[in-house]
Amino acid sequence: MLEKALQGSKIYWAWVAALLGLIGIGFFTYLYQYSQGLGVTGLSRDVSWGFYIAQLTYLVGVAASGVMLVLPYYLHDHKTFGKLTILGEFMAVSAVLMCMMFVLVDLGQPKRMLNVILFPTPNSILFWDMFVLSGYLGLNIVIGWMVLHSENKRGELPKWVKILIYISIPWAISIHTVTAFLYSGLPGRHLWLTAILAPRFLASAFAAGPAILLLIMFVMRKAANFHVPDKAVNTLSIIITYAMILNVFFLLLEMFTAFYSNIPGHIHAFEYMFVGSHGKWAMVPWMWASVLLGVFSLVLLIVPKWRKNPKTLVAALITLVASTWIEKGMALVVVGFIPNPLDQYTEYAPTLPELVISAGVYAVGLLVLTLLFKIALGVRAEAANA
Amino acid sequence: MDSARRNFLKIAGLAAAGLTLKPAGNALGMGVIVPEPEGAAGFDNALSAKRWAMVVDTRKFTAQARKAAVAACNKAHNVPDIKNSKHAIKWLWEANFKNAFPEMAGPHVPPQVEREPMLVLCNHCDSPPCVRVCPTKATFKRADGIVVMDFHRCIGCRYCMAACPYGSRSFNYVDPRQHLGQTNVDFPTRTKGVVEKCNFCAERLARGQKPACVEACRNNELIFGDLADPNSSVNQALRQNFTLVRKPELGTQPQVYYII
Repeated sequence: MLEKALQGSKIYWAWVAALLGLIGIGFFTYLYQYSQGLGVTGLSRDVSWGFYIAQLTYLVGVAASGVMLVLPYYLHDHKTFGKLTILGEFMAVSAVLMCMMFVLVDLGQPKRMLNVILFPTPNSILFWDMFVLSGYLGLNIVIGWMVLHSENKRGELPKWVKILIYISIPWAISIHTVTAFLYSGLPGRHLWLTAILAPRFLASAFAAGPAILLLIMFVMRKAANFHVPDKAVNTLSIIITYAMILNVFFLLLEMFTAFYSNIPGHIHAFEYMFVGSHGKWAMVPWMWASVLLGVFSLVLLIVPKWRKNPKTLVAALITLVASTWIEKGMALVVVGFIPNPLDQYTEYAPTLPELVISAGVYAVGLLVLTLLFKIALGVRAEAANA
Repeated sequence: MDSARRNFLKIAGLAAAGLTLKPAGNALGMGVIVPEPEGAAGFDNALSAKRWAMVVDTRKFTAQARKAAVAACNKAHNVPDIKNSKHAIKWLWEANFKNAFPEMAGPHVPPQVEREPMLVLCNHCDSPPCVRVCPTKATFKRADGIVVMDFHRCIGCRYCMAACPYGSRSFNYVDPRQHLGQTNVDFPTRTKGVVEKCNFCAERLARGQKPACVEACRNNELIFGDLADPNSSVNQALRQNFTLVRKPELGTQPQVYYII
């Protein structure tokens, strides 16, 4: 089946070449970071995690969200998702790969990466995050491949693959739960120290992940005549709507607890994010942009007329992805460090090398996604012609 | 204790277990625990304790004593002098009361307390979150309570920095050796990409010396000793004075006490 990735139009090859170019630029920039140290990033003593770890967090959500196609199909026999689950699984593969690379580029001593395995430390959540992420990667590679393989051979899905699929459903929940635990178990980081961090992560993931997938499907419909049943689009957009409502609801719950309890530590981060504090307000325009984009997308999604109109739906999905990405892929990780434990305000902004390296990682993910989807489409096309 | 010595002891322990035909589990190395000498032994005159702790007597401190303590620490541990505050390495440093004890700051703190900075450092917590989160055991708590770093095992993930509620950990964002004046050959310099922090001068204790900062303070501004020994100077100071620890509500059980 692999050969299907090697047959494509000029546009396909141009796209692949562009991604390879980005990967190359990202790689050389990484070599620069590797030789100079993480000082080339915007990270600091006070804000010691930034753009890389934030992307990891966001992409774990994207990876987990594949379950929103798998679960309705395999547990509720929602038939219109039948041809789409494979996309969820392949998107998970690509997203988990990016997650792992974002951890790698964030390490100060990447050569010693294997110490995590050589000296396994179950009391560290990072150990478990590595465990669940690599497990999820393996599950989705095997499942995705076998689903495609059986389609290719026009055969039934073997029983053991179905068992793996059932395992992958709670496993998807676990990867984002464990990723939330990275943060929510740390004393003294008030923004993160909340029991609803895992549910918040899942809600935003189940809104943003399927939104990204739907957008990709629309692109594929245009570029590759990919057939997306309207019913599937409807169901997915309803899932996205509910998940986004929950996401916003959870965020408001956090604010209620912070402001009604009036406990300074709990208020500080929100204050810094939305109005600025101690003359520092770098995050303020972003946060309000996130709010406006989020509200805009919710209005478009909640009104059935607009949700069902492909044009307004696309606008809703794009703004939803932007809104959740600002909140989770920029603010949540960074603002957890502001103010620092000594109540001092050090701000953070990613540097150019940091952004270029991140773009390189995203390009790797997109390339993997492109190749996998190409193979899937190739297999489908052959089956249709047969 | 260096790893060669530790490995030698392990092998010796295994051999001994084998020779005396200990139960199979032991012979396989499953239950063989090599007793670590108290403290970081290696020298006959090593200082050892069951639980090292420090008392900072902020009343006694002068600006001069604080500077002397910080300078002694930086010199003893090859702490680089990095001008960019974002990349700074700090083991022992000065902080204002409102920063060291943000929960207690307010409009009615005595001016003396508000004005005079105090020394802050790693609290060598009894329940250290940094140790809990480290994915490689590169940071660990010794039997005598000191929380130390293995600079050679650290992968630089900085999870410990997120976990430490005292901001006591620093990361080498740049090559620290470029920012060293004179190098102290008795303590390793570090490479870029690893985390570091105060180690209660574990290497000096092993040589029978008190921590550098304690030694630099001539007026008992810093008191260092064994909490398990009722007659130790720290216990005396704790009995005679009301002391604070930083952020006790977090359950980390800091072992650096402040007399305000």
